[in-house]
Amino acid sequence: MPEYQNIFTRVQIRGPLHEGVPAPSGAWGRQGKPFFSYLLGQIGNAQVGPIYLGSLGVASIICFVVAFEIIGLNMWASVNWNPIRFVRDLPWLALEPPAPAYGLSLPPLQHGGWWLLAGLFLTTSLVLWWARIYRRSRQLGIGTHTAWAFASAIWLFLVLGFIRPLLMGSWGEAPPFGIFPHLDWTVSFSLRYGNLYYDPFHMLSIVFLYGSVLLFAMHGATILAVSRFGGEREAEQIVDRGTASERAALFWRWTMGFNATMESIHRWAWWFAVLTTLTGGIGILLTGTVVDNWFLWAVKHHVAPPYPHVYGHVPNPTATTGISTTGAGANQ
Amino acid sequence: MRLTIPLLALVGGLVLAFVAVMTLQRPPAHIEQIGYRGTGMMDVSNPAAIAASFAMNQAPAVLPQNNAGPAAGTIYKNVQVLKNVPAGAFARIMVSMTQWVAPKQGCNYCHVAGNFASDAKYTKRVARRMIQMTIYTNADWKSHVKNVGVTCYTCHRGHNLPKYVWFNGVEPPHATGLMDTETGEARPSLAADGSSLPYDPFSSFLAGNPKGGVNAMINTAGTTALPNGNRMSIQQTNWTYALMMNFATSLGVNCEFCHQSRNFGSWSESTPKRVIAYYGLHMVRGLNNDYMLPLTDTFPHDMLGAGGDVAKIDCSTCHQGVSKPLYGAKMAKAFPYLEGPANLADPNPKSPAASGEANPAMITMTDAPAAATPASAAPAPAPAGQPGK
Repeated sequence: MPEYQNIFTRVQIRGPLHEGVPAPSGAWGRQGKPFFSYLLGQIGNAQVGPIYLGSLGVASIICFVVAFEIIGLNMWASVNWNPIRFVRDLPWLALEPPAPAYGLSLPPLQHGGWWLLAGLFLTTSLVLWWARIYRRSRQLGIGTHTAWAFASAIWLFLVLGFIRPLLMGSWGEAPPFGIFPHLDWTVSFSLRYGNLYYDPFHMLSIVFLYGSVLLFAMHGATILAVSRFGGEREAEQIVDRGTASERAALFWRWTMGFNATMESIHRWAWWFAVLTTLTGGIGILLTGTVVDNWFLWAVKHHVAPPYPHVYGHVPNPTATTGISTTGAGANQ
Repeated sequence: MRLTIPLLALVGGLVLAFVAVMTLQRPPAHIEQIGYRGTGMMDVSNPAAIAASFAMNQAPAVLPQNNAGPAAGTIYKNVQVLKNVPAGAFARIMVSMTQWVAPKQGCNYCHVAGNFASDAKYTKRVARRMIQMTIYTNADWKSHVKNVGVTCYTCHRGHNLPKYVWFNGVEPPHATGLMDTETGEARPSLAADGSSLPYDPFSSFLAGNPKGGVNAMINTAGTTALPNGNRMSIQQTNWTYALMMNFATSLGVNCEFCHQSRNFGSWSESTPKRVIAYYGLHMVRGLNNDYMLPLTDTFPHDMLGAGGDVAKIDCSTCHQGVSKPLYGAKMAKAFPYLEGPANLADPNPKSPAASGEANPAMITMTDAPAAATPASAAPAPAPAGQPGK
């Protein structure tokens, strides 16, 4: 008797390889001959393929490859086409947006033009992929929840790289493409605009992000715990609660007095995930456009409490003129 | 044996553990609260690192005081800076300098053997200027050096050239033309603690006189809750960030040593140490602009950086990873003639009369053939036989 009660999958179900339901007329055929993979069967379905590409998928992949190549080749060029330094320094390398002096104009390729091109192709790729997800959902006759959740992530991406720079009047406000450089950008962003932690929408975004993690853990644990009673058949238990559902519900009512249902837990999870990037995008959009220093904003609105100045009076040396008698002050 | 997910996880875990053990600092981390509760103001240190640093940053023993004898200027030729210092103290400073800067080479590192008055060696001309810089620092930058002060040893530590200096950043090799996207950042930056921040955070802040002032370049953060015309960019903030990372690593401290965790820009909520650091920044700028840059042509070529620029000072030149150089040892106190300008020939150490230029008459007193040319045109060329000439 195979067991499901484990932290990883110990059972692989292998039926005959199948193509899935027939594709609607007018759609492309599915590509690739399906096969079984033991390793993938350990973490998911053992059958791999076939994949449906379609015109949107192909267009999206082409745009992604173009963006990926622009970014990668620029990084490689930045180390003078040296393959060893390219691999060794890859996390440090970047394709950076134009300097602030260019504003919203189109700079020469080497001064940010490549960045604009990469952004254009990457955005097109994402939007095409979104349309593909929407169309696949429709053609399978399922809801479009995945597409709208993906749209929330695209919203944050667009705010960071396009909408906010547009409102600020400078492409230079956007983050670079690069592993460490985009992380440095987030810190500099927070330093420039007075500590992003005091941005209430950033606070909300963190709540939903950590909340998503918590909900995911709670839900995953609950379903695994009741799978010995058939609890993994969540969808049918929405309308026909069996003993697994009842035990799971009872567990949470006993431990915290309230329980979600087999249906509502998925709505909780969906909204928490969607709201993470939705509120995050709003928080970024407001930064610099309507708020210049989030800490001072928080003080103004009594979000940040005043603390005693435990170091006594610390003078602002930049406010005094002439920091030395010998003219060094003139250099300020 | 079949490749399974648990096996993969096990191997991955072992690799991560190996990387962690080999790269992370060995515990324990000592955390000391240095600000109001709940503000995350803390000083993080590691006993092993402190012990190692303590051993490497000890002040040497000093020679006994000796203020006997007439003024040095009356018995030695060509004494320009320490003219009024008693001969005993003068000799003590000279011997100490040898121990601090050229313990292997001895007097002849700077002096022409048999003719100590000669200015033929570039090292002597530089040393004269460095004595003036030391006195100037101790006398005019009390706002930074306080009562600890500096001596030659603070930077040199027994080396001819201080271990921690900076040269103008040189762009690493990169493609040209349409692929020339060099921005001065996005590569491993040794100066900014190995981050991808700008690799030369020095030349724009610690030398020269940028238009609009260096303070305005550094303080990019908004100063009002709502937008009020501050057009400082995130990219400019990267440069501030890199400079500040250099400050932090030079002093072996974290951001909260100076800054309030909630609001890095606020002076009133900062620790008082930020004010000292502020004066330090301007002191370093002053020393580079007034002392180091004018010496560019005095040094031989191979002492200069790849861009032909002179070695320059930053925080780490003195601090060397410690918040108080040499753990606050008051070395300068043992050398009162290096502390203040009162006993100098000219009380203003930056005046032209004590500019440290070679005395043309003294240049001609050397045996070195190349230096026999009249050195009326400043700067005097380094004599033949010097490295790089």
